[in-house]
Amino acid sequence: MEMTYSQAINAALREEMKRDDTVYILGEDVGIFGGCFGVTAGLIQEFGPERVLDTPISETAIVGSAVGAAAAGLRPVAEIMFMDFMTVCMDEFFNQAAKMRYMFGGKVKVPLTLRTVCGAGLGAAAQHSQSLEAWFTHMPGVKVVMPSTPADAKGLLVSSIRDDNPVIFIEHKMLYGVTGEVPEGEYTIPLGKADIKREGRDVTVVATSLMVHRALVAAETLAGEGIEVEVVDPRTLVPFDKETLLQSVEKTGRLVIVHEAVKNSGFGAEIAAIVAEEGFDFLDAPVKRVAAPFAPVPFSPPLEAAYVPSEEKIIEAIKSLF
Amino acid sequence: MAPNKEEMLDMYRKMLLIREFEETVANLFSQGQIPGFVHLYVGEEAVAVGVCSNLGDKDYIASTHRGHGHGIARGASVEKMMAEIFGKIDGYCKGKGGSMHIAAVELGFLGANGIVGAGLPLAAGAAFANKYLKNGGVAVCFFGDGASNRATFHEALNLASIWKLPVIFVCENNMYGISMSQERHQNINDIADRAVAYGIPGVSVDGNDVMAVYEAAAEAIKRARAGEGPTLIECKTYRFRGHFEGDACVYRSEEEVNEWKKKCPIQRFGTSLLEMNIASREELDAISAEVKEQIKNAVEFARKSPYPDVSELTTDVYCD
Repeated sequence: MEMTYSQAINAALREEMKRDDTVYILGEDVGIFGGCFGVTAGLIQEFGPERVLDTPISETAIVGSAVGAAAAGLRPVAEIMFMDFMTVCMDEFFNQAAKMRYMFGGKVKVPLTLRTVCGAGLGAAAQHSQSLEAWFTHMPGVKVVMPSTPADAKGLLVSSIRDDNPVIFIEHKMLYGVTGEVPEGEYTIPLGKADIKREGRDVTVVATSLMVHRALVAAETLAGEGIEVEVVDPRTLVPFDKETLLQSVEKTGRLVIVHEAVKNSGFGAEIAAIVAEEGFDFLDAPVKRVAAPFAPVPFSPPLEAAYVPSEEKIIEAIKSLF
Repeated sequence: MAPNKEEMLDMYRKMLLIREFEETVANLFSQGQIPGFVHLYVGEEAVAVGVCSNLGDKDYIASTHRGHGHGIARGASVEKMMAEIFGKIDGYCKGKGGSMHIAAVELGFLGANGIVGAGLPLAAGAAFANKYLKNGGVAVCFFGDGASNRATFHEALNLASIWKLPVIFVCENNMYGISMSQERHQNINDIADRAVAYGIPGVSVDGNDVMAVYEAAAEAIKRARAGEGPTLIECKTYRFRGHFEGDACVYRSEEEVNEWKKKCPIQRFGTSLLEMNIASREELDAISAEVKEQIKNAVEFARKSPYPDVSELTTDVYCD
């Protein structure tokens, strides 16, 4: 059935809360207000304030209490309104949630799902627009999920909630209104399985989140010029589906990586390194990265538009390889 | 409800067990037999024992970097604790956590913690889980005076107060955050006063009086189990040893340390057990001898246990 990315996330939350009594939601304005972007709308009416909890503006307590509750047998789904705010609850996620199982010798599980929102596009400027996914890929113990379509959002969120590990589920604010076909009823997508969003023989473009859509537009344009682009959406950065990446690069011989995060030490560097280490012989051209410049996200509309990788920049990067 | 003779003797035994454990660790550490670094609980035994003697099966505790005493008071095996501190495979965490991360989740012990103040929101969360599951359990968080200045303290107390969580925040005010004395690190005398800001009860007790701690905890736990929400208990106490083993303690005088040693919580409890005719000198001496034997065996157990195989390096990072 056709639904928006936002509705798909809402459906996943509703279905998992119905299926499992230990699933609860907490976060700022997730209850009566329905979430800052409306994603949790209607859930407090359906499940009550015992399972959909509005919290004070206390990110540290949101994540810290969710970690404690997860270790004590619940399955919290915590919302951090903007990914930028992860800086004020980083200890709870990084030093507590991520490491607890290892530090305790495997004797605890922390089935915490942390939903949060990345991305520029709303003129929200430097503290409400960042794409910080790479930070979380540097944390052993955490899984990192970045859905690009409504169907992926639903299937991956269900899997994230059912996963016994801490998962950060990164939504993109400019995708909430995007519509797509979503399978009805129980629908899961395994974490760690990439999706080839478009097949092509000439060049592999690995793109994440909103950039998947721009890569697909670029691919369509280039098809008219005789360049067949394969668009690979990893969907989860940890665990990362190396096999699909390497198979695609083996087939095409060319690789362009697109992400909205700044280029320096972005996840594109990791992808490029994987191919350099394990698929160097497949390459017929240098690896290219298309990403944001090494600057904070600007406010002014033309600056913000120039900051986020565009279809034109993706096309330019692809063409430079031929 | 006052503890009976058997319970009081068990409290005395646990306090001695902590003392003997810690002094043994100090000794072994100074000989280079223990890796890393250790923060010892000597002098503060009345707090952990006074509180934990009130706890049941469903209850959780969250601890600090100075966590050995809390684990022992919660009933953890001294063998597995010692093995963990040695970094051995038979330790509670297979040697992967060490002194600062000892945990025994099966006993409701959510771990020592290397981050000061990190336990407060964790305990609030465990208390939330107990409330959500309606199992009657509570959670206790131990933390120091230094941690009472962290954001985690304020956020956790606020959240627990509005959600009426069954959690007891036990501040072990040992008068120093590493080198910084309480009078230098905060502008109040009683940390319990901070409870006012969250509309919850705050009590300040003599943390070297195990019965005073026991009674304050009993009241707070009763309140928590009745659904009336959290309490902040401040236990004024003192660490006889440095912040960590090897600390030269340049920030405090020997006179001050000696004054506090005169207020030793174990001697004090022993004396009152004798005065109240609850125990005889022979009974207390027998407990002392048993405790020494138990710790000797724990060291033996830890020494004999192998180190983890290198194949353990990347296991337990994720649940499968």
